[in-house]
Amino acid sequence: MADVTRAPRAAADAVTFDLSKQSLRSLNQFLHHGLGATKKVVVLNPDGAHNIAAGVNAQVDVEVDGHAGYFAAGMNQLATVLIRGNAGPGLAEGMTSGVVHVEGFASVSAGAAAHGGLLVVEGDASLRCGISMKGIDIVVGGSVGDFCAFMAQAGRLVVCGDAGDALGDSLYEAVIYVRGKVKSFGADAHEEPMTEADYDAVKDLLAKAGLKHDAREFRRVASKRELYHWNANANQEY
Amino acid sequence: MCGIVGLLLKKPQLREQLGQLALPMLIGMTERGPDSAGFAVFTDELPDNRRKYSLHAPGWDYDWAGFEAEFIKRFGTEAQIEVKGNHAVLICDEPVDKVRPWVRQAFPKLHVLAAGRLMDIYKDVGSPADVAGRYQFEKLAGSHLVAHTRMATESAVTPDRAHPFTAGEDFCLVHNGSLSNPYQIRRQLEPLGIGFDTDNDTEAACRYFEWRMREGDDLEAAIHKGFEELDGFYTFLMGTADELALVRDAFACKPAVVAETDDYVAISSEFRSLAKLPDIKNAAIFEPVPEEIYVWRT
Repeated sequence: MADVTRAPRAAADAVTFDLSKQSLRSLNQFLHHGLGATKKVVVLNPDGAHNIAAGVNAQVDVEVDGHAGYFAAGMNQLATVLIRGNAGPGLAEGMTSGVVHVEGFASVSAGAAAHGGLLVVEGDASLRCGISMKGIDIVVGGSVGDFCAFMAQAGRLVVCGDAGDALGDSLYEAVIYVRGKVKSFGADAHEEPMTEADYDAVKDLLAKAGLKHDAREFRRVASKRELYHWNANANQEY
Repeated sequence: MCGIVGLLLKKPQLREQLGQLALPMLIGMTERGPDSAGFAVFTDELPDNRRKYSLHAPGWDYDWAGFEAEFIKRFGTEAQIEVKGNHAVLICDEPVDKVRPWVRQAFPKLHVLAAGRLMDIYKDVGSPADVAGRYQFEKLAGSHLVAHTRMATESAVTPDRAHPFTAGEDFCLVHNGSLSNPYQIRRQLEPLGIGFDTDNDTEAACRYFEWRMREGDDLEAAIHKGFEELDGFYTFLMGTADELALVRDAFACKPAVVAETDDYVAISSEFRSLAKLPDIKNAAIFEPVPEEIYVWRT
């Protein structure tokens, strides 16, 4: 996967949508059906609108010049979506491929249930980041809130700051790398030794995200796999 | 779903523009709350011996002159009445414990929406734009305000069930979310002589906090007790004589975002309602974290 490139704003060959004058629907209809040979779309004055660039399925760069509301870049396939601001709840939910990069912070449920692609949040990500993730890679430059990677099935979550309560509760095979403090682990999540393959993975993901940290500072959190099978002796104490 | 809106101005010279600045914020939350809207504005403070009462009448043709005549007959003092549609603000020398019971008994169709020395309240059914227009929201002046757009889930769509709710004097609360134990709270408060105007869950939270503060807690201590007692989802925004306070439940299911500049602190459920504020591009913007108490003073 290519690194996120910071192309100059409003490149000459870009198609521009100004959401203070044009409807969100006109933007999304263009992204879904009207792209043709267009390689770059710039969205001006997003002003927290919902569903910006949701459901795109094309190799196109979308640059959002401001803050996005709920469900930005949801269900993304192939596209590279750069948000030059903050993102609301449900950022890149259900993404399957491509790159979504947020320069500010992301609200709750970023990258939820996403199957693939790369999500980068340079600032903090709120609660439930990566909940039920199914193969996406998520890199958070700041800290994450409570219940992150709850029931995460596959993929990798890299947290450069701290993590909140119940990190990785009921994890399946997703792996979490944390650099800072973990307030508490969720049921069945625990810290494991880093292998050379883990250090390489973190180094690679940090490079793709454009974040400069030493991979050696990260710790691996994964599933104990004790919840995989019913244990009649557990007495409901997980 | 509901929308919450708050604005606190840091510079006295901006106070005349309070409603004008906040109007796009309220309108911006229309999709989150299209069925009712309301707002509480904190104006210049009355002298210690004066009180004002926000009153709500069942219709626009209400006989406020008749009400004033009865007031003078009962209390023997002058009253000033400013009428806006089916709302009126009564300003007089009479204390709350005399006026509230008198209105309830003599004018059962009138609701006392608020009492105090600073706070005026207007709330009604209809779209936020309609309600704002009806009560000339853009002309409001004051130091801070709390507003709400409602999408009803927990009780009927009526003016008295719209937010903000009030209790005591110069205290109001708006809520996005739903409480699961409002009747438990009511059963705790009613034996203490605390009456309820509606069956709305938010009213229980509002009366709970006001009761705690009357018992000696400061706002933050009252909110800490609320974490233990109030069960459910909430983002609460509260207004007092000189504060705005914001708090979210532990799961932070209901959104909130704050923007701060040298001129104002603006609070809303979503950024899109803040987007038209002046200098918003240079504002410090953050998402309040769960169970943290945020208080801004005028």
